[in-house]
Amino acid sequence: MRRLILLACFVSTASLAGGAYVRVPAGEFQSVLKYEDNKGKQKIAAFDMMKQPVTNAQFLEFVQKNPNWQRGKVPKVFAEPTHYLSHWQAPLILAANVKPNQPVTQVSWFAASAFCEAQGARLPTWNEWEYTAAADRTRRDARSDPAWRESILGWYAKPASTPIADVGKSAANIYGIQDLNGLIWEWTEDYSAMLVSADNRNQSDPDKSKFCGASALSMEDKESYAVMMRVAMLSSLEAVNSTSNLGFRCAKSLPPKQVSKK
Amino acid sequence: MKKLLFACLLSFTLFGHAATQKPAPLPTDSVMQISDTFTNQDGRDFKLSDRRGKPQLVALFYTSCKYICPLIIDSGKGIDNALTPAERKNLSILLISMDPARDTPEALMFIVNKRKLDTTRWTLSRTDEKGVRTIAALLGIRYRLLADGEFNHTSALILLDAEGRIIARTETLGSKPDPVFLATVKKTLASSTKR
Repeated sequence: MRRLILLACFVSTASLAGGAYVRVPAGEFQSVLKYEDNKGKQKIAAFDMMKQPVTNAQFLEFVQKNPNWQRGKVPKVFAEPTHYLSHWQAPLILAANVKPNQPVTQVSWFAASAFCEAQGARLPTWNEWEYTAAADRTRRDARSDPAWRESILGWYAKPASTPIADVGKSAANIYGIQDLNGLIWEWTEDYSAMLVSADNRNQSDPDKSKFCGASALSMEDKESYAVMMRVAMLSSLEAVNSTSNLGFRCAKSLPPKQVSKK
Repeated sequence: MKKLLFACLLSFTLFGHAATQKPAPLPTDSVMQISDTFTNQDGRDFKLSDRRGKPQLVALFYTSCKYICPLIIDSGKGIDNALTPAERKNLSILLISMDPARDTPEALMFIVNKRKLDTTRWTLSRTDEKGVRTIAALLGIRYRLLADGEFNHTSALILLDAEGRIIARTETLGSKPDPVFLATVKKTLASSTKR
């Protein structure tokens, strides 16, 4: 009985919020981003992550309920009027070539954050995203496998004009999460914290005030350039920007109780 | 069990209410569109839109910062010193902490006293983590918490007009004001008092 109600609660939450969550267990992880202040492995606490990226249908439901986020109504500081959801036919209508189950794109970081917040969630951090995306079907960290790297790079080779596939068509990784690689770029909560867009080091005095804090970032692992391309792409964006292949998914921290149990 | 059901219900109720946000009649390119709550050095809560009506300088900082943040205050004071008393009266200065974990109102007040800041014009404030992320994104400031508790961050002094629109920014910090930025501050003050 208890299980049934819990399940009912979960299922209805999922349909309301659009998108089921999967538990990602805690672990240690070497990010491709190596900071001077934090060179070793990152500790990742257990968290929940959406199994698939947010779809057009789910985002449509969100803007129906939150008119402030509709195209044409959203304040300019939160989304660029000429780009935001510009591929939809109208503020509340997808288009013939914009399918309900395709991942939503042309959303700003502000809009993505607001979507997640509306369902008691948040965007995943970069570390959480990279940690989860390092897995394949059988391994939690498949990054040293050349075949795995090849398959990820294969996506970059596809022409940008190729229509974006529906979500959920790729094999789930070991956590049960899909489409982290090979479908779209994804916003992360702290995308702007990676500080690689500007030349933040080897600067002599004139630039010193631009970046404060003595920590450089390096990306030593040449083999991980597929991931680095993501970092570079995200770092080049402002939170108001959106692009035709940048979407998102949400994540949730676990309540403190559940964290200590595991 | 009951608790769970209740939590479940509660979360649905919360969903319903999230949508009811009154749109303020602010320009849509105003950073005052941000809905997060800030708290000043006296522990009083406010919204950024409460500060509408006067041009202001805004910057992110944190109180335990050893390097740039004292310079940010110097920069604000530098602008102050370069203004006429009449101009000064019409400009307010808002510093927002990027360190919600440590910057309590008490910590902010400590800096107010230490730097002898006039709180009729200067406000030191804090918000939660999400608020910091949002205001930083709106102002184009990037930051990252370092292992030792310091922050790696871009620094800028940003001029907002009376409606909260970004008019200018300078990354030249220190007590000697950036001349181009100062000129824009003066111009903005002049046009806002004319109306």
